[in-house]
Amino acid sequence: MTEVIEKTIFELSSPGRTGVTFPDPDVPRAELPESLLRADLPLPELAEVDVVRHYMRLSKFNYSVDGGFYPLGSCTMKYNPKINEDMARLPGFAFTHPLQPVETVQGNLALMYTLQEWLKEISGFAAVTLQPAAGAHGELTGVLIMRAWHKSRGDVKRVKMLIPDSAHGTNPASSGMTGLNIVQIPSDGRGNVDLAALKAACDDTVVGLMLTNPNTLGLFDEHVEEVIKIVHDCGGLVYGDGANLNALLGIVRPGDLGIDVMHFNLHKTFSTPHGGGGPGSGPVGVAAHLAEFLPSPIVGILEEADDEQPPLFGFIEPKRTIGRVKAFHGHFGMLVRTFTYIAMHGPEGLRQVAEYAVLNANYLLARLRGTYRVPYDRICMHEFVAEGRVEGADVHALDIAKRLMDYDFHPPTNYFPLIIHEALMIEPTETENKDTLDAFAEALIKIAEEAKTTPDLLHAAPHKTPFGRVDEVKAARELVLCCWLPENYNK
Amino acid sequence: MNIPANLKYTKSDEWFDPVTGKVGLTDFAQGQLSDIVFVEVVVSPGDVIEPGKTIASVESVKAAAEIYSPVNGKIVAVNDALSSNPETLNSDPYGAGWMIQVEGGDASGLMDAAAYEKYCEERAH
Repeated sequence: MTEVIEKTIFELSSPGRTGVTFPDPDVPRAELPESLLRADLPLPELAEVDVVRHYMRLSKFNYSVDGGFYPLGSCTMKYNPKINEDMARLPGFAFTHPLQPVETVQGNLALMYTLQEWLKEISGFAAVTLQPAAGAHGELTGVLIMRAWHKSRGDVKRVKMLIPDSAHGTNPASSGMTGLNIVQIPSDGRGNVDLAALKAACDDTVVGLMLTNPNTLGLFDEHVEEVIKIVHDCGGLVYGDGANLNALLGIVRPGDLGIDVMHFNLHKTFSTPHGGGGPGSGPVGVAAHLAEFLPSPIVGILEEADDEQPPLFGFIEPKRTIGRVKAFHGHFGMLVRTFTYIAMHGPEGLRQVAEYAVLNANYLLARLRGTYRVPYDRICMHEFVAEGRVEGADVHALDIAKRLMDYDFHPPTNYFPLIIHEALMIEPTETENKDTLDAFAEALIKIAEEAKTTPDLLHAAPHKTPFGRVDEVKAARELVLCCWLPENYNK
Repeated sequence: MNIPANLKYTKSDEWFDPVTGKVGLTDFAQGQLSDIVFVEVVVSPGDVIEPGKTIASVESVKAAAEIYSPVNGKIVAVNDALSSNPETLNSDPYGAGWMIQVEGGDASGLMDAAAYEKYCEERAH
């Protein structure tokens, strides 16, 4: 039996307790129709203080970027500056509604328009939509745009999407959702896309290639321009997975490389809250030939400025739009945070973000390569992948990851990418100082020692967290996806 | 590692029994995937399949994988019991863990047990 360290809100409930007492109504009571009434509504009954303490206790069980180092590979868990939150809470932004007449929300629209322009400048694309809700939604939007472009040219036999085995896992899922057939392209010995395999797969049934660059090994493809050319030569388009854009800011523009369409992860690269902290945001940028297929609407200038008036911003429908991909205009609060982040950094600052992200990753790689094997060991970008095993010790990547929690670090991404045995994928981001990186490296080196001397310490880890090792197999095999009242759980 | 001598093998770690026509996932593959928590056979009896066609999806706590047909032929049976007992793929990959049964499958071009064992050793590094 698992020890209960915090009861559920329903178990804490006691009949008659209330958080808020309403005054008697000063207007006549309305009678609701019988059909709208229910006999019971099993809501918990608690005082406000008990509710606050319950959730405060739960929040302390959590781990966050505000609490410690979070080197979760490919997730870019950088610190989120607090000024972002201040800006998103400005009443002029926070208390507007997407159905207001555009004349009354010119500030919001000016921000969105400017952000579109900035993202274009950063990425080298001709047009941007801010609608998609998160990264994989941006991928789906991009794939729909690619399909629409082929279809508009009467080219309807294209049914294949090429995806390297070092791509993000969402790429095949997003393509699969649109009904395309996925063809996996292997990596070569240096972690690049295998050019011969790519050439062999390219024909007139290819919609395109989804390229993650830097890839999930944290490596910049050494033949990226050739990869793009091979796909273009067979009539396909190249999708760039922008999740790893943090390594490129101010240094390389994906649009300049010839990539046709790419999503941005504002919640990675541009420091908006990530994971449980807030919704994601996945704007999509496209090259000029795809601009008229963008989701509708995008923000544009309806009337140019003159000597007396600023411009009038409003909504524009791209000519051959794929339609709406999201209600209203995307996650506006995230756009405010991103705008703030870019404005605070400026062009030089954004380039420094990328430089320090790459420097930090290479520093950690240099400190750890003597302890853990790094299969594709060359200068990495913003992250690298090591093998989570220790010569002569019976431990796995999962044991090492769990043991890191006892040293108060969030574990790295593990068992991904699939092309690395026992993968530990480490991304420090630029926001960490040398002391933090050293402490993390020393913890991993110490854990490698423990793996040889006291492996059971790793097998049973974590020991210092509110919950110990959870049974992932049982959780996956015996899914409980409904919120039942506690007394009904065992029925 | 268990590699029965009477079976034939693919590079993507499926086995094929030339006598019964049954197809499944090898012991090596189940060990690599670790605890399997989900199996979905995506073909049905009567379907005509060819080598490389996806016949099932498998998920473990570590990874998701597609299972491909090693041969061409007509499917005569699928193992319906797997979806509710995915752990069978770990405990009995060559027995109760069979996935589909094919009629007319041609095993030429597949690896024999010795070749497959060598192939597994190369990858275990």
